[in-house]
Amino acid sequence: MRARYFAIALFLVFGASFALAQSQGQSQRGSGADTRRSGYQDMGPALQQMQDDDTANPGMLFVQQGSKLWSARVGVAGKACADCHGDAATSMKGVAARYPAIPPGADRPVDLEGRIDLCRTERQQAPAFAHDSQDSLALQAFVAAQSRGQPIAPPDDPRLSSWRVQGEEIYRRRQGQLNLSCAICHDENAGKKLAGVTIPQAHPTGYPVYRLEWQGLGSLRRRLRNCLFGIRAELYPVGAPEYVALELYLMERAKGMTMEAPAVRP
Amino acid sequence: MDRRHFLAGTAVLVLLPFEPAAATPAAMAEAIRKLVGDADVREERVKLDMPPLIENGNTVPLTVSVESPMTVGDYVKAIHVFNEKNPQPNVFSATLSPRNGKAMIGTRIKLGDSQKIVAIAETSDGRFWSASADVIVTLAACLEEAT
Amino acid sequence: MANILVNAPKTAKRGAVIEIKALIMHQMETGFRPGPNGQILPRNIIEHFTATWDDAEIFSMEMSPAISANPFVSFFAVASESGTLHLRWTGDHGFVAEEKVAIAVE
Repeated sequence: MRARYFAIALFLVFGASFALAQSQGQSQRGSGADTRRSGYQDMGPALQQMQDDDTANPGMLFVQQGSKLWSARVGVAGKACADCHGDAATSMKGVAARYPAIPPGADRPVDLEGRIDLCRTERQQAPAFAHDSQDSLALQAFVAAQSRGQPIAPPDDPRLSSWRVQGEEIYRRRQGQLNLSCAICHDENAGKKLAGVTIPQAHPTGYPVYRLEWQGLGSLRRRLRNCLFGIRAELYPVGAPEYVALELYLMERAKGMTMEAPAVRP
Repeated sequence: MDRRHFLAGTAVLVLLPFEPAAATPAAMAEAIRKLVGDADVREERVKLDMPPLIENGNTVPLTVSVESPMTVGDYVKAIHVFNEKNPQPNVFSATLSPRNGKAMIGTRIKLGDSQKIVAIAETSDGRFWSASADVIVTLAACLEEAT
Repeated sequence: MANILVNAPKTAKRGAVIEIKALIMHQMETGFRPGPNGQILPRNIIEHFTATWDDAEIFSMEMSPAISANPFVSFFAVASESGTLHLRWTGDHGFVAEEKVAIAVE
C-alpha cells in the first residue's frame, strides 16, 4: 500500500516538474509564440504540394543545372567549384542561410550572387555572371538548396550593423508615386488581400524562388524591384548596394526561420 | 433568302473578325464536337481534379482519372482536356494503353482567366465520358516592370 | 542538354502499377504574348511527349500552348518485365530531348 502511494506521489512530482519546465521554456522564448509566417503558409495546398515534391517543383530543374555548373571546370584557372569546395552537400550546408556577408579581405557585404562572382573572378579567373542570368540563378539555387531546412543565421559581424540600419531605413521609408513603404504592406497589412492575393510578411526564406508569375527562377533583387515598381518608385540600379542592405535587414528580421530554397510562389 | 438564313449569315459575318482572338464556350463545344462526332458524352467515370481557386493562372495543376480496369479488352484509349477562355480550346490529348495499368494522368496548364475546364475520356469500346471543373484564377499584385 | 527530372522507381514487383513523373526545362512560349517591343513572341513549345517501355509505346501526349512552362507530366505503367523506360519530348524549332530510366522488375 505504501509503495503504491509512493509511486503515485513520485508520478505527481515528476508530472508537475515536467509541466513547470515546459511553461518556463515557453516564457523564455519571449512573450507568446513566433508569429512570423513564411509565404509558403499563405499559399493554397496545390502550390504547397508543388514546392514539396522535388519532381514537381520546377525550381529543382535549376538546381540540377546548378549542380552541373558546380562541377564544370571554367576560366583561365580551369577550376570547378567542386575542386575547392568538394561535396556541396557538406561544404555548402547552411552557407546561403548566412548571406549577405562580408568576404575575407573585403570591406562591404555581398549577397550570394556577389559571393559566387568573387569565386569566379578571383579563383576561377572567369568573367562574372551577368546579373540574374540563368547560370547565376541556377548556381545560387544549387548552393541555396544545400541549406534547405536550416535556420536563417545572419552573421554576427558588427561591420554589418550600419548596413542593416540602412536596409531598415529603406524598408520604413515611404517612396514612389503611391507613397508607400515596404512596412506599410508587409508589417502593417500582412495577411490582408491585395488584388486577390494574401500580402506576405516578406521573409526571404526561399530565394532564388520559382515564381509562377515569372514562369522561371528569380532573385530576391528581382522581387524587390517588382515591389518598387508596384509602388511606382524609382528602381535602384541592378547592381546597387541598396538591395544588399535591404536583404541584410530582411534576413536579420527572418533570423531563425527555415530555409526552403528553391521555393515556389505565385 | 429566308429570314433564318439571312440572320445566320449576318451572325457569321459579325463573328468572323473576332474568331481567332480567343476560345469561347462555343469554340470549346465545337472542338469537343469535332472529337466525339455524334456520339453521346456521359458525365460519368471521369474525375477532373483541379484546385477551385489558384493564385496564378500560369501553372495550374490538373489530374484526370478514369474508372477503368485497364485490361486489353476494356481500357481508356485517350484523355482530352479543353478550356473555354484561352486563345485555343485544346489543352492536351493523351493516348493511353492497357500498359498504363491505371487511367490517371497529371500535368499543369495555363489559364488566362477564371473558366470551366472539360476532360473527355474515350474508352476502347468507342464511348465517351466526361467531367468538368470551374477554376477561379486570382491575379497577382506588383507585377514586373515593362522593360 | 536539356534539364530533365524523372521520378520512377528503380525496382518494382512484377505486375505492380508504378507512377512516373517527369519534369523538363522548356519556356513553352505560347505565340500569343507580346514581347518587350510590342511584337508577338514567336511560338516555341513542346508539341509531343512519348513514353516507351523497351520498344512498346505505352503513353503519349500532344501538348498545346496551354501547357505550363517547364512541363510536368505524370502517368502510370504496369511493371511487366525489366526494361528501359524511354521518355522523349519533341517540339518547335527541332527541339528534341530524351531521358532513359532502367527499371528492374523482380
